[in-house]
Amino acid sequence: MNKSKTKIRIETFIKYTDLMKQLVLRDLKLKYRRSFLGYLWSILNPLLIMLVMVVVFTNLFDRSGSIENYAVYLIAGRTVFEFITGSTNDAMRSILDNSSLIKKVYVPKYVFTLSKVTSGAVNMVFSMGALLLVMIFTRAPFTGYFFLFPVVILQLYIFCCGMGFFLAQANVFFRDIQYIYNAFTTAWMYATPLFYSMDQMDGPVKFVIEYLNPAYYYVKQFRCYVYEGCLPEPRIFIGGWMIAIVSFVIGLFCFKKSQDKFILYI
Amino acid sequence: MIDIDDVTVRFNKATQKIDNLKDYAIKLIRRELMFQEFIALRDVSFQVREGEGWGLIGTNGSGKSTLLKAIAGIMKPYKGKITTYGSIAPLIELGAGFDPNLTARENIYLNGAVLGYSKKFMQEHFEDIVTFADIQNFLDSPIKNYSSGMKARLGFAVATVVNPDILIVDEVLAVGDAKFKKKCDQRMAEMLSKSTTLLYVSHNIKSVMKLCTHAIWIEKGNVMMKGEVNEVCRKYMEAQGLTLDD
Repeated sequence: MNKSKTKIRIETFIKYTDLMKQLVLRDLKLKYRRSFLGYLWSILNPLLIMLVMVVVFTNLFDRSGSIENYAVYLIAGRTVFEFITGSTNDAMRSILDNSSLIKKVYVPKYVFTLSKVTSGAVNMVFSMGALLLVMIFTRAPFTGYFFLFPVVILQLYIFCCGMGFFLAQANVFFRDIQYIYNAFTTAWMYATPLFYSMDQMDGPVKFVIEYLNPAYYYVKQFRCYVYEGCLPEPRIFIGGWMIAIVSFVIGLFCFKKSQDKFILYI
Repeated sequence: MIDIDDVTVRFNKATQKIDNLKDYAIKLIRRELMFQEFIALRDVSFQVREGEGWGLIGTNGSGKSTLLKAIAGIMKPYKGKITTYGSIAPLIELGAGFDPNLTARENIYLNGAVLGYSKKFMQEHFEDIVTFADIQNFLDSPIKNYSSGMKARLGFAVATVVNPDILIVDEVLAVGDAKFKKKCDQRMAEMLSKSTTLLYVSHNIKSVMKLCTHAIWIEKGNVMMKGEVNEVCRKYMEAQGLTLDD
């Protein structure tokens, strides 16, 4: 009995992969439709924001002092963090935004959440173009470790799916979640070493960031591959996988438990 | 084909919708967070065999659409069990999956995917859909510029491109001009002749009697009567104080 249930689930998943592709395609198509530069914005946007931040943090706050090649340091961190906030924010609204559809046709509801995180991942790959440009422009050293970046994307994808599932189902029942989450991500951004270096921190703050902030594991790992050109410490690497899997299991569990009640609240 | 066994569907009819934390906290403190249940359907059972056409009739708010949604798998019953065999094409609202910003061409593929058809299947039947919906000249304009009749045509064309085992129709054919209505009726009759099972909700008793072989009359969530279409329709109209000709 149990086995056949799993089998049905897998068959349903395969049946709806086409829908997922269509939804991801829709997101990508609509994102830049009617804009003159189109997909180029995926690269231009992170570049422009990086420029602003470089100027602000080298001239106004002078946080970049001890950090070598600050531009690459900054954009590498932001690429990872943008994926986290962008995809979880979209995933959070995925159920409500498709409510008209969910009310009319039977579709496995996780498809919507999953497709939003997938679009986020595709966008991250696009925005790697910006990172590459900055690396070339600043003559940053390239190492073979660079090509390990898909490992981080995979971990991030699993992590964001879990977060997305949790947020999407919570948002159906309590619409305030999106406002709380907005404030939360702002705090989270400052708690992640995007524009500062961990060398500038000490005491309990350092501990909290290094051990309790999931984003740290991914930012650090990503920077190891593309910026420092080294392998990450085992704690970061294994921790990244563990956090991803724990997040995924919790998210999926909450989502599965409440998905039959969605229809009454959307 | 469809086995509906003692199905009860329950809603939480809260005095007002609680969808934010503040309300939730206040209600929790005031102990007002009671579950006010509202039974939309009570102990409904009936069996539909292959090739039969069932009309669901009843006044507004009697639970007809809820029953269709439960059969289509959109809503889970609170009690009881619904078993369906074969593929279902739901025409609960035409073009439900359309994205207004995408073009018709893109929407055909998206809507097909929503209904669970593969991309290859949609490519093979793309021409059929466009011809049936009669929108050749507007393929590449965004759906938001379409009239509601055009959207309905396209939605019907996509949803009926497959020969489903079960066709669920919920009063969607009210839009569209006479010519298109005729086309729809034709296609539905064609499907029925191929042993498709039909579930049809309509307030138009005449069309129910034309398309269906059986009928079920639901009133306030309870089944009043089920059986052969003419008899159920006659009784229903009598109860409304009308005759079949009205």
